[in-house]
Amino acid sequence: MVQARYDIAFRLYPYERVAAQSQPPRRHPVVIVGGGPVGLAAALDLGRRGTPVLLLDDHEGAGKGSRAICFARRTLEIADRLGAVAPMREKGVVWNIGKVFYGEDRLFEFDLSPEPGHRHPAFINLQQPYFEKFLMEEIRAAQARGAPLEIRGCNAVTALTDRGDHVHLEIGTPDGPYALEAEWLIACDGARSPVREGLGLSFDGRVFEDNFLIADVRMTADFPTERWFWFEPPFEGAGQSALLHRQPDDVWRLDFQLGWDIDRKAELDPAAVRRRVDGMLGQGAEYDLIWTSIYTFQCRRMERFRRGRVLFAGDSAHQVSPFGARGANSGVQDAENLAWKLDLVVRGLAPETLLDSYCAEREHGADENILNSTRATDFLTPKSEISAVFRNAVLDLARDHPFARAMVNSGRLSVPCVYDGMPLNGPDALDGPAVSRVGAPCPDAPVGDGFLLGRLGDGFTLLTFDVDAPAHVEEGGVVARRLAFEAPTGALRERYLGQAERAVYLIRPDQHVAARWAHCDEAAIRRALRAATGAEPWI
Amino acid sequence: MDLILTPNLPDPDGFYDDLLAAHEGLSAEESHALNARLVLILANHVGDRAVLRAALRAARDGGETNAGGSGGAAAP
Repeated sequence: MVQARYDIAFRLYPYERVAAQSQPPRRHPVVIVGGGPVGLAAALDLGRRGTPVLLLDDHEGAGKGSRAICFARRTLEIADRLGAVAPMREKGVVWNIGKVFYGEDRLFEFDLSPEPGHRHPAFINLQQPYFEKFLMEEIRAAQARGAPLEIRGCNAVTALTDRGDHVHLEIGTPDGPYALEAEWLIACDGARSPVREGLGLSFDGRVFEDNFLIADVRMTADFPTERWFWFEPPFEGAGQSALLHRQPDDVWRLDFQLGWDIDRKAELDPAAVRRRVDGMLGQGAEYDLIWTSIYTFQCRRMERFRRGRVLFAGDSAHQVSPFGARGANSGVQDAENLAWKLDLVVRGLAPETLLDSYCAEREHGADENILNSTRATDFLTPKSEISAVFRNAVLDLARDHPFARAMVNSGRLSVPCVYDGMPLNGPDALDGPAVSRVGAPCPDAPVGDGFLLGRLGDGFTLLTFDVDAPAHVEEGGVVARRLAFEAPTGALRERYLGQAERAVYLIRPDQHVAARWAHCDEAAIRRALRAATGAEPWI
Repeated sequence: MDLILTPNLPDPDGFYDDLLAAHEGLSAEESHALNARLVLILANHVGDRAVLRAALRAARDGGETNAGGSGGAAAP
C-alpha cells in the first residue's frame, strides 16, 4: 500500500511489478529516492556515464501545480549537457524585464538581458512538471540507447538501515513490501525528506512567519512577458507584496503575501482567491483558476550533506525561500556536482573521500543561497518597526535615485556559486579573467557555429588556447581530453584569456574550472587531476 | 580611509540648524522616515564598508555610554 500525497500532472513512471519484488534483496550500486527535478537529473547524469542507477518514487509521475517556475541559465546548461534542453527551450517563456512597483508607483525596471555570447538566456519560466517530463523523456531515450537506468514508480521507502558497506531499504508497493540494498543512496526526496527523518538527522535554520498565496490563472491577457513585483500593492486584499509572472500555456503565476495570522482554509476558498485575483487583474478579467496553494517557508540546511553511504541533494539537504529561484536551480547543481564524483567512486577510479568534496562545495552553495534568500525575505517582510522604516525609506528613495534601486530586494536571482578555496581546486597560475578563475563554472562563449560548453562533453577537459599539449592526459584511469583553440577572438578570448596571451585550463566534468596555467606542464596537469578527483590535495 | 571622529564640519552650529530645519513640522513618524532616508543617502555617499562599520559601532557605543533611556542594559 502506498499513500498518494498529491495528484499527478504527468504519469511518467507507472507502477509495474518487477521480479525483484519476489526475490531476495538485490544490491544496486546507486539508488536514488525521489523523482523530482534533482533525482531525475542525478539519475540521467549517472546513467549516461554508464553507472547503473535505480530511482524510486512513491508516486507515478510529476506532481500537479507549477511550483518551481524559473529555471536559470546554469540549469539550462546542465540540461543541455544531459541532452534534455531542447524541449525546455521550446516550451519555456523567456523573460528579461522586471518591474518593481511601490503602491501605485512604478519605481523602476531592470533588464536581465543578455550579456551576448551565451547559448542560453538568464532565465526561462516553465512549470516544474514540464521540467520533470522533459528530463524523463531523455531518460527514456537514454534507456533505449542502453543506459543502465531503471525507474520504479509507486515504490515508497518505508525503512532504511546503513549497514556500513551498503544501505538496506524496505520498500512498500501496491503489491506489498520487498527489500533491496544500495551501495550508495541519494536522497532527493524533498524538504520533508523521509530518508533524512528515517535517519533522525536534523534540519536547522530560520522559520519565517509569513504565508504566501499562489494562484496560477489561465487567461489570454496582453500583459507583457515580464516579472512584476509590488511592494504594498494598491489592489484590494493583496497583502504586503504581490508578484505577477508569465508561464507557458497562457498561465500566469500570481503570488500574494498574506502575513502570519490567517485562516488558511478561508483563504483557499475559490471565492476568496478570486476576489484577490480580480483586485490585481481588474474587475471583469476573464480567467480560470488552475492551481492554488498557500506556502510558508524556512531557510535551513542539514549540517552535513553526507551521512555514511547516504547523500542528500536538493530540498532534502537545504531549503530556501522561493524569492530568487534558488530551490530547484541549486538542487540541479547538487545533482551535477554529485553525479560525476559518485560515478568515479563506484568505478573505483576515485577514493570515497571524493564525496566529501560534494559536501564542502554544495554546503558552501547552500550557505550562499540561504544568505541571499534570507536577505530577500528580510526585505520583503520587515521583522521590526525599524526594519520596516528602512525598507520603506529604500523604496521611497528608489523612485528617484539609482543607488537605492540596488538595495531593493525582491529576490536576488539564482546564479551558480564559485567554489573558491575548495579542496579539489588546483593552482590558479594564470593572470586571467576572474569570471573563469579556479572554482568558477565555465562561462559559455560562441565557438564556430556553436558554443563552448557544448564542446566540453561529460568528462575532464584540457582546454588550451594557443598552447601545445597532448591530446589526452591520463592519471589513475581518469582521462582529460584536449580541446584546443588557436587565436581565439571575441567573448572566448575575453572570458578565458583577458590580457593573457595563452592559457591551459583543466575543466571538471561538471564544467567548473579545476586549475589553470599560462603554459602546459604535463606533470602539473596530472597532479591537478589527482587533486580534482580527491586522490591527493594540491597543497 | 578611517572614520573621522574629530571635528570635520566647518560650521557645526550651522549644520545642526540645517538638520533641525529639515525635521521642522514633521511628525515623529515622518522624522523617523527622514532619518532613515538620510542614513541611506549618506551611507551611499561614503561608499566604504569599513568606514560604515566603524560608524555603526561608534553610533551603537554612543547609545550605550549615554544609557539611561530606552535601551536598558547595555548589550554585551
